[in-house]
Amino acid sequence: MSLRRFIVKRLLAIIPILFGVSIITFGLVHLTPGDPVQQILALNPRAGPTEKQQLREQFGLAAPIWEQYLNWMKGVFTGDFGEVYRSRRAVSEVIYSRLPETLLLGLFGWVFGLVIAIPTGIYAAVHKDQLGDTVSRFVALSGISIPNFWLGLMLILIGSLTLGWWPVTAPKRAPLLSFDMLWYLILPGLTIGTAAASSIMRVMRTSMAEEMNKEYVTAARAKGLPERTVVLKHVLRNSLISVVTLAATLTASIVAGSVIIEQVFAWPGLGQTFIQAIRNAEYNLIMAITLFTGVFIILANLVADILYAALDPRIRYD
Amino acid sequence: MALLEVEDLTVNFYTQDGTVNAVDNLTYSIERGEKFGVVGESGAGKSVTALSLMRLIDSPGHIESGEIRFKGQDILSMSEDEVRSIRGNEIAMIFQDAQTALNPVYSVGEQIAEAMRHHLDYSKSEAKEETIDLLAKVGIPEARKRYSDYPHEFSGGMQQRAIIAMALSCDPDLLICDEPTTALDVTIEAKILEEIESLAEEFDTAIQLITHDLGVIAEICDRVMVMYGGKPVEKAPVEELFYDPKHPYTVGLMSSIPRIGDSTDRLQTIPGKMPDLVELPPGCSFHPRCPYAEEACTLSEPELLDTKTGKPASEVGTNHSAACLAYSGDLTGELDYSVTVNEDSKSNAPASQITGDNQ
Amino acid sequence: MTDKNVLSGRGRIEITGFNPERVEQRDSLSGWSEEAGRATQSRWSRAWQRFKRNRSALLGVVVVALLAFLAIFARPIEVFGLTVQPFSLAPHPPGELLYFNHPGEGFTGDYQPPSMKAPMGVDGDGRDIFSRLLYGGRYSLSIGFIVVGLTAGIGLLYGAVSGYYGGWVDEIMMRIVDVIYAFPGLILSLIIVSMLGRGYTQLIIAFSLFGWAGYGRLVRGEVLKVKENEYVMAAKALGARDRSVVLRHIAPNTMAPLLVVASLRIGTVVIGVAALGFLGLGMPPGSAEWGTMLDGARNSLIRLDTGPKWWATVFPGTAIFLFVMSMNMIGDGINDALDAQQTGVGKGGDE
Repeated sequence: MSLRRFIVKRLLAIIPILFGVSIITFGLVHLTPGDPVQQILALNPRAGPTEKQQLREQFGLAAPIWEQYLNWMKGVFTGDFGEVYRSRRAVSEVIYSRLPETLLLGLFGWVFGLVIAIPTGIYAAVHKDQLGDTVSRFVALSGISIPNFWLGLMLILIGSLTLGWWPVTAPKRAPLLSFDMLWYLILPGLTIGTAAASSIMRVMRTSMAEEMNKEYVTAARAKGLPERTVVLKHVLRNSLISVVTLAATLTASIVAGSVIIEQVFAWPGLGQTFIQAIRNAEYNLIMAITLFTGVFIILANLVADILYAALDPRIRYD
Repeated sequence: MALLEVEDLTVNFYTQDGTVNAVDNLTYSIERGEKFGVVGESGAGKSVTALSLMRLIDSPGHIESGEIRFKGQDILSMSEDEVRSIRGNEIAMIFQDAQTALNPVYSVGEQIAEAMRHHLDYSKSEAKEETIDLLAKVGIPEARKRYSDYPHEFSGGMQQRAIIAMALSCDPDLLICDEPTTALDVTIEAKILEEIESLAEEFDTAIQLITHDLGVIAEICDRVMVMYGGKPVEKAPVEELFYDPKHPYTVGLMSSIPRIGDSTDRLQTIPGKMPDLVELPPGCSFHPRCPYAEEACTLSEPELLDTKTGKPASEVGTNHSAACLAYSGDLTGELDYSVTVNEDSKSNAPASQITGDNQ
Repeated sequence: MTDKNVLSGRGRIEITGFNPERVEQRDSLSGWSEEAGRATQSRWSRAWQRFKRNRSALLGVVVVALLAFLAIFARPIEVFGLTVQPFSLAPHPPGELLYFNHPGEGFTGDYQPPSMKAPMGVDGDGRDIFSRLLYGGRYSLSIGFIVVGLTAGIGLLYGAVSGYYGGWVDEIMMRIVDVIYAFPGLILSLIIVSMLGRGYTQLIIAFSLFGWAGYGRLVRGEVLKVKENEYVMAAKALGARDRSVVLRHIAPNTMAPLLVVASLRIGTVVIGVAALGFLGLGMPPGSAEWGTMLDGARNSLIRLDTGPKWWATVFPGTAIFLFVMSMNMIGDGINDALDAQQTGVGKGGDE
């Protein structure tokens, strides 16, 4: 099977999953108790049942549930995710204005994770059970055990409050790619990157160590190849396959992580918007961001699958 | 000077269950162009011996003592760089399971060519051409097309051929074949063995053939060493070993080969199984399974003796040696087995009798 | 065949007189026997031996046991008005306002740094952080274990059914898992809690409703592997009923990888619960749950008028970290002990 056919096949397989994702997104928000109308009107004690009904109709919440779903899906296909109830802004506009900040944060986390974890993982596997391995394993274990929001708070305590190197909140009105903003990005980026680096390192070490015991490694050594070649050519490529399998899960955890980290660092991204939307029961916004997340992770999965197939010739022929 | 001289080689593995003495005081030598067989059940220390020759024993294993002289130079005292220049270049290895010995994510051709580029300083295209020649030589059809195929696209027999090509790529002087045909079925086994033999002939390569199958030994080897529990128990030229086996273990191995039209009702096997190397029996480690064992066997460990003189065997003068108290006169009983050679009609497919075609 | 074939043309070799019965009939010549010193152990007892030798895993067990002990004995426990557990290691009830109940001891209604009277300081409402930490362990620990127990149980059943029946049942069940996998678990939990409202049961539901998917996929993979095994084939061939085959053969074999993943998942759940608490979407406000104690921590940290109130953040976070780290050390220990690399779990649990 060619790589192209492989990709097409995967893309087709995604369709039912996307459908399921939309149902879960919609169902979670609509089938559970709680109601935006009630919340909004709670501020206005004089509002009676007529006002309620009016708002309900205005928000499109009066129709039967399946009709609401169809309406929403119709909108989704045309790129219309509805309005934010309170501000009357288009949901899509809100999302696009906040997306770059979140993408940058997530990207930083990913890159940091890879840059730290791959060399460390290789080192640890090659020096298995020696001091360096023990230390890096301990650090990695700590990295996955530390609550990331708390790590963020500690970084603020040290970096901003004790050392005074960083401001305590993101610079207001600074463009995303300005020095001030990028400098401020370091702390939240480190926070997200720590968890990513730790998980990658653990997987890297385990799979490297496992691969190192395989006979093809002995065979490569028996050919007289330098240890460097044996590890960096033969073992590494096989171990990276496991890291790629981790990629989708890790992307999901980076997305989830950024929702919380943005709160900690007041980073002006989608995560903050999402939490705000949840507090205000802004259904349209919650659904749009959730759907977005789902699609994003599915795409990440697809990319991982393709990389996987590119790294491992056995997959392409399944 | 022999091509390879192994002297008092001892290899231990330090495991959680205790120290495993995988190879104990092993001494043997291989001449240029000679075909030397090593026989024994699994766990006898054959593969460890093979890996020791290239100093490829990895933790938790450790080469404790001894010398391995290749062309007069001690491999064990060489620098890492010097050993590397020998591995794959002058000593090469054919692995037991080709499927696991090939890296699944690189093409077969690349895995053969890389050794040539490394040792012989071939350019990419030179190495590729040589590899294609070699693939054709080991019997892979359409070698040029197959060059860029991945291991999983090769059948088991073809993978083994690729492994052979890999081992021969730098024209080694010594070829270590570790159970080269165990993973294959019988029809392919015979072909591969023939292939190895004729190629070794062509390249004038010495072979150390490791196997648990006496039939394979009979087919290829000049001289044989039988190992048990990490120690050699018998060394002899191949004909002598078959017609005049001296050690009870060898006898047991031979009587456990099933034959077509055998007159005895049931197959004679060696009772029990190979002891765990962590805790070897006292004295001769074969005594719990040996029909001729006496109390003396549990007390002292027999050394390798010249079966003619009863004196300690030497690498130079001794032709046939065995490690059994029967030859030092410490045994009161006799090894009362006998070997008979039945003249038989040729039609009975002699080859399959010998290879112990036990399928 | 080549001319080296020593025996061709010379007939066949036959050995007589090698009589194995002699060995079987005679008494053992020495004290040595094949099984000496090598009692055959079951997989589980071998794993237990290995686990006992793992120092960091044992340390994890000690810390978790200690935290559990402290949580249980922090304050008395009453069931239907009956005191089942009378001890109270924590000096104050978790909700006690120190300035109110202990007037004249220098307590105010605001943050106060650690002192002899309040070793971890006083929080913004005038409560003793040390007491709250001890008590708060009850929430984090119990939610962690309950959620993992529930989700692993559901996942085991789900995966066993999916893998065992195969075909379109399997196809549909696994597509459902794929859909769940498209969301980060924490985001789903966040939405569920925001809809159901804060609270203990709500948190358990929020983390269990979709949390089983990973186990389901893992168990299904193991079941497929086990299903190929001869003894399951044999059981089926002998006419064993479907359910009994699944229960008797498949379930026990998938326990090892399931246990490994479950033990590593407890930490994830506890961090998730704490994160929700931090966002103000966990336990009700004022609850002593560790994460909820950190709700508002950011503001207390960056309140610059009187300097950062670090104690209100450092101690609860350390408690979470300590517990999760210990659980993960135990999980790693179980993983090593069961040699789960061989079962593929070491790679993170996915097939």
